[in-house]
This record gives sequence, structure tokens and C-alpha cells, in this order.
Amino acid sequence: MSNNGLKSGSNLEKVLKAGHFAFTGECGPPKGANVEHLKEKFEHLRGKVDAVNVTDNQTAVVRMSSAAASAIMVANGIEPNFQMVCRDRNRLAMMADVLGVYSLGIRNMLCLSGDHQKFGNHPQSKNVYDIDSMQLIAMVKKMRDEGKFINDEDIDVPPKMFIGAAANPFADPYEFRIYRLANKIDAGADFIQTQCIYNMPRFRDFMKKAVDMGLTEKAYILAGVTPMKSARMAQYMAKMVPGMDVPEELIERLKGAGKGNQAEEGIKFAIEQIEEFKEMEGVAGVHLMAIEWEHRVPEIAERANVLPRPQVD
Amino acid sequence: MIIADRKSLEEIQDMIKEYKKILLVGCKGCVTVCNVGGAKEVGVLAATLKIARKKDGNPIEIDEKTLERQCDPEYVEQIRDIFDQYDAVVSMACGVGPQFLSEAYPSQKFFPAVNTKFFGGAVQHGIWEERCAGCGTCVIHYYDGLCPIARCSKSLQHGPCGGSAGGKCEIAKDVECIWDTIVKKKMEQGRLEDLRTLRAPKDWQTARDGGPRKSIREELVQ
Repeated sequence: MSNNGLKSGSNLEKVLKAGHFAFTGECGPPKGANVEHLKEKFEHLRGKVDAVNVTDNQTAVVRMSSAAASAIMVANGIEPNFQMVCRDRNRLAMMADVLGVYSLGIRNMLCLSGDHQKFGNHPQSKNVYDIDSMQLIAMVKKMRDEGKFINDEDIDVPPKMFIGAAANPFADPYEFRIYRLANKIDAGADFIQTQCIYNMPRFRDFMKKAVDMGLTEKAYILAGVTPMKSARMAQYMAKMVPGMDVPEELIERLKGAGKGNQAEEGIKFAIEQIEEFKEMEGVAGVHLMAIEWEHRVPEIAERANVLPRPQVD
Repeated sequence: MIIADRKSLEEIQDMIKEYKKILLVGCKGCVTVCNVGGAKEVGVLAATLKIARKKDGNPIEIDEKTLERQCDPEYVEQIRDIFDQYDAVVSMACGVGPQFLSEAYPSQKFFPAVNTKFFGGAVQHGIWEERCAGCGTCVIHYYDGLCPIARCSKSLQHGPCGGSAGGKCEIAKDVECIWDTIVKKKMEQGRLEDLRTLRAPKDWQTARDGGPRKSIREELVQ
């Protein structure tokens, strides 16, 4: 731990430690080396969020590396939350990348298993999974707190990362999900970002369990929100995205808004959710995943009354 | 046992298109049990190839032979007297067979007629499933006798991932999520604590990752 009592000193950590309701965003790197496009996307988020998740070949589609895109963000004065999946790299590459991104000024990282490559645009590739997300969390914690690699050799200047993990309260078997979250926190997760939430009753129940088990005392839980752009998007997510729980009533609500008004209805629902999360016991913030909708984030943040973002020294 | 599927007729035809006389060698081991490369399948493939070539106006002569096992030098020797009477030899054994044959008869050309797939067993007549990844360090006792290394699409030691839905894996609706089964069994039996343990990263040196493997039983080595 550093002198100021912070594990990493990232802005996200400071905001959460100070007790503010955190608000994070997301930015998928381009399918190419188009730096201007990347900048255009993340500029929408400047000043509107505490950190920006940078996805790592999300849905197993090859893109500019999350490390490079995160570094570009740092260079442009925006704090990234560097995502790393276990699908594409073995432990040597992963530890090397943790050191690499830390040396480039990255201070948050999200440790994930990663979608299976079968979903992506190179289903022929080998799937690595040398370690899994639980072991990745433990690995980054060991590197930070013990200053050691997996093999126990010393690290010359350990990377001080604020360690994140994902939780999906909507995957099966539901009864085990809270224990899996507990395992990730025990392994070393400092903060959790959940899968997109649409089934509010289930999430309320999940959070109650997390509070009862004392998990919210050990890690910050950020509730995942993805505004629906249309009823069609909702239907697609309900059917095609693994581990996604989209209640029929939400689809009906979007349909009921009529053509041309569905996006607004989707944003309204997201804002209602954010308002509820602000009051929900144990929820430390919101992770807004506005997929290919970065330009709508300022408006959503404004209407959800999460602006201005706190400045914590 | 080792499970294999036969290659397509087109692929096999293409492999042997320049040859006029071949030996088709089956195996009485695993590939007989999984109905892909035993005496019966050798007969069917030989007949099919001969008919196809005859139809093309390019007849082929095929002799059939099925060995006790192609993964044992003692039985591989059984074609010593005849192997050089052919333009090529096609093996219907798993990937081990044509290699043992190639090593025993360096002057001959060998081709595989099957794709070797996995270690598994028959779950019902005509359907075989993978059960073991041959990682060299068995850990199924941690998981109630079920192997996530072989049966989880991501080989997770701490599952199930966020893609598990209704007992199925995220990769396809007909793929079981083995972690769903493991978790339910533990929870039903009140042994959830078993799944609260953080396991160290696996040592893959005993798997193929450590290089080609060998097993030496000193007491048997002469």
C-alpha cells in the first residue's frame, strides 16, 4: 500500500474511497489502427465518467489492443480501466502486459475470462485459458501486494493496480452466483462491475445477498447499465447474448413507445435504473456500457444527475 | 478410449488419387469399438473407393487387413511381408496407427483415413462425448469426478463463467455446462465450501504444453 492508503492511486479508486457514487463508462477500440476514431469516441466521455473501460477483443472480435487504446487514453488525459481476458494470452504474456500497461500509466484493470472465440471473427483460433479470471485476479494482487510473479520471483517495481472483476447475477446457476462473487473478492478484487442489468427484482435480491454476506464492505460494486436503443436490440440481447436476462415487460415497454421513440424510452429506463442504484444498499456506483453510443453518454449522465464528476485529490 | 471420425470420401480419394494399388489397414482397438476403423469399416471403405474409382474409369486395387492394434510394434509387424506390394497404405486407426506404421516401414507412404478427435466414451448408441483432455495431472477429485479441463469450453478451474444458462454452455445450446453440474451437485450435497477454494494456476507441463510426452515403467523396461 502506498503512503496515502491507496492501493493504486487511480482516480476511480479515489472517488470510491471518498464515498462518492462512481460513474464509469466504456469504449471499444476500433477495428483497425484508427486513432482518430478512438479519440472521437472517448472524447464524448471526458469529464462525464470517473474511468473508461477499454475492452479486450470484446466478443472475440479482433480490435486494436486494449493496452494500446488505454495508453492512448492516458496520453490524452482520460483514465482508462484496462480490460484483460484469459482467452488470448498465457501467463507470461499477461504478466508482461500488466507490467507494460502499468509503466504506461494505467492504474485500473478489469480481469475477465472472456467470451469464447467461437462467437468472434476468428473462431479457428486456439483458446488459451492458461489461467482463469479468478487466478488472474489473484495474480495481479500478488504482483501488486507481494511484488512477486506467479512463480514467486521478485518484481523490480511492482505494478500497483486497482483490481476489478466482473459479476453476472443473471447467469446460472443463480444460487451460486453470489459465492462466485465472494470468491472473486477473496481472490483480490477491489471493485466489481456487473453484467448489464435489466431484471431489477433479481438484481435487488442479489445485492441483498451481497450486503448480508458482507461483500459490499470488502469491495465496491458498480451496477452495469446498457441503455437499449430499440425493442429489436432488446430482443436480440434476450435471445442471442449468453447470460443476459431481458424481461419480456421491458421489450413490451420499448415496443409500446412506438417507432422513433424507442431509444428515448431505453434511455428513460436506464435513468430510472441509475436513480434506483443510487439508493440501493451496497451499490457503490454505475458502470454505463453505452455500446457504440458514446455520444449519448453526456446526455444520460446529465439526466441521471451524476454530473459534475467529483474531483478527489 | 480414443474416439475418431472417418474423413470424407472426397478427402480420402484425393489422398490416393495417383495410386493404383493400396492396402487399407484397420485396427481392432478403439476405432473398432467406436465403429470407425475396424474390419467392417475397412470393408465398407474399400468397396466404396473401388466403386468410385471404377466409375471414374480409373480402377483401383485395394487389399484389406485389420490388425489387433496399430499402436503396438508386435502387431504392426504383421504386414512386414506385404507392405511393399502396394503403392501406398491407408490406415483407419487413430493418429497413432499410421505413425507406428510409418516408423516401422520408412520406405512406404502412409495416409490417415480418420480424424482422431478425443478421449471419451459412448453416451448412447452412436453418440460419443469427450471426457478427458489428457492433461497429465488428474484433478477430477476436486470437482466430484467431473473434469472441467476437458469439459468446460474455457477449461475453467473456477466456474461457471457468466455465459452459463439453463445448464448449457455459451458456445452452443447442445453443449452441457459441466460447471453447472458440478455446482449443483456440490450445493445439493451441502459441500459448497469445496468451491470456495482458490486453486493455484495449473501446471501444464504434464500436458502437451510441456512438449511431447513419454511414459516409462521401469519395471517393464528390458
